[in-house]
Amino acid sequence: MKHSFIDEYSHLNSFVHRLDPRTKLITSLVFILAVVITPGSAWQLFAAYFGIAVIMFALSKLPPSYVLKRSLVIFPFVLLIAVFIPFFKEGQVAGSYNIWLWQVSVTYTALLILANVVVKAWLSILVLILLSSTTKLDDLLNGLSQLGVPRVMILIVSFMYRYIFVLADEVMRIKQARDSRNFGGNWLHHIKTIGNMLGTLFIRSYERAERVYAAMLSRGFEGQMRTMHRLRFQQADAYFGAIFSVVLVLSYVIWL
Amino acid sequence: MVVSNIMDKIIEIKNLSFTYPDGHRGLAGVDLDISSGENVAVIGPNGAGKSTLLLHVNGILRSNGSVKICGLKMDEKNLKDIRRKVGLIFQDPEDQLFSLNVFDDVAFGPINMGLSENEVKQNVSRALGWVGMVGYEQRSPHHLSIGEKKRIAIATVLSVNPEILVIDEPTSNLDPRSKWSLVRLLNQLPITKVIATHDLELVRTLCQRTVVMDEGKIVADGTTESILADVQLLRAHGLAQ
Repeated sequence: MKHSFIDEYSHLNSFVHRLDPRTKLITSLVFILAVVITPGSAWQLFAAYFGIAVIMFALSKLPPSYVLKRSLVIFPFVLLIAVFIPFFKEGQVAGSYNIWLWQVSVTYTALLILANVVVKAWLSILVLILLSSTTKLDDLLNGLSQLGVPRVMILIVSFMYRYIFVLADEVMRIKQARDSRNFGGNWLHHIKTIGNMLGTLFIRSYERAERVYAAMLSRGFEGQMRTMHRLRFQQADAYFGAIFSVVLVLSYVIWL
Repeated sequence: MVVSNIMDKIIEIKNLSFTYPDGHRGLAGVDLDISSGENVAVIGPNGAGKSTLLLHVNGILRSNGSVKICGLKMDEKNLKDIRRKVGLIFQDPEDQLFSLNVFDDVAFGPINMGLSENEVKQNVSRALGWVGMVGYEQRSPHHLSIGEKKRIAIATVLSVNPEILVIDEPTSNLDPRSKWSLVRLLNQLPITKVIATHDLELVRTLCQRTVVMDEGKIVADGTTESILADVQLLRAHGLAQ
């Protein structure tokens, strides 16, 4: 069975795709940091950040509709956290509502904060989408490992990404087997079946893990995971890093 | 690949018994000698102990009996050498291929052997060449067909130049075309092979010698021709109707 996967467009060939994963990781982190520490009133700066992001997307040849769709994914999370902000900030009242017994008022400052939270989250997710869609996951992990992220973490992510599709297939097969024998029954019965499915899945994964480990041992694994570091910084990385820093610093100087 | 003198005993197994932790008897007194250059099929019904036996050949499972590979006794000290000499290919390539791309998977063995970067690259491209999968280096395993996965799985052990290939069910889940192309591939590899399978067509094409197992014991051992002609024997052990 075929699944979509997070690095769907990572095989494209563009300037952004060709950059070293480490360059992309560092600049993405710096960008997010800059976005987060920018005061909410500096709207020109946010416009500048957005401009930078748009230029990068244009360079990366990613389809804009794909990027927009993926960036919408975070809104439920952000809104869930931020939706109460407008009600808890004092200041000039923008609107007042009576909800049953309570009187609730929303202030302008609070609305500004809400907008700020949403904008910051959106800009950050845009950059992460750019990073994850232009870098193959194994290159990204290789980059992280060369930047000093502990091997255990890299291994966990790498195995997770390798086997999540195998697991998804397994779930699909168990589900099909259940549905083809499902003749109704009440909800309590259904819950029981789901419990059994989860148990089966857990045992199968556990057994697979043992077989994978045996396969690793057979090929000389001795507890130390070693891969080849095959990343090389190119001239383009230096240019890009320099230009990125200059643009970021200039925007700060001009608009702050 | 080096093929040493034909009559060297490359695998010597004496009185090997194994009981799984749950009390299930896997092997009950197995004796088996295999010479260098032989292609040996291990056939038998489900649960006969074929896979258990294969897992003993490179020390994934160990028990009281004696296993010698290329004259090396199976113990902690020789384990590393033995695993280098024995390439074990698992039945499910999803277990064998655990990396995010084909290159990393095929390079896993050579890197663990401590080869230099250039040697690793050479070994990887040579192994991929043997199985006809050059150009697949950057593909991720979950986007390959089963036939391709099986070939890559074979490349992952060929990349360390093993002296013995031990293969569990090489043709399971393959359609006839992929199956025969895999059989041709295995036939071309000049290396000792031990193949556990139910596929008697494969046995007939690939192996000169056949060992029949049932209930953890070896019940017959002889030329493939004589064993496959003995319908009564095959019937008694669930290998023919």
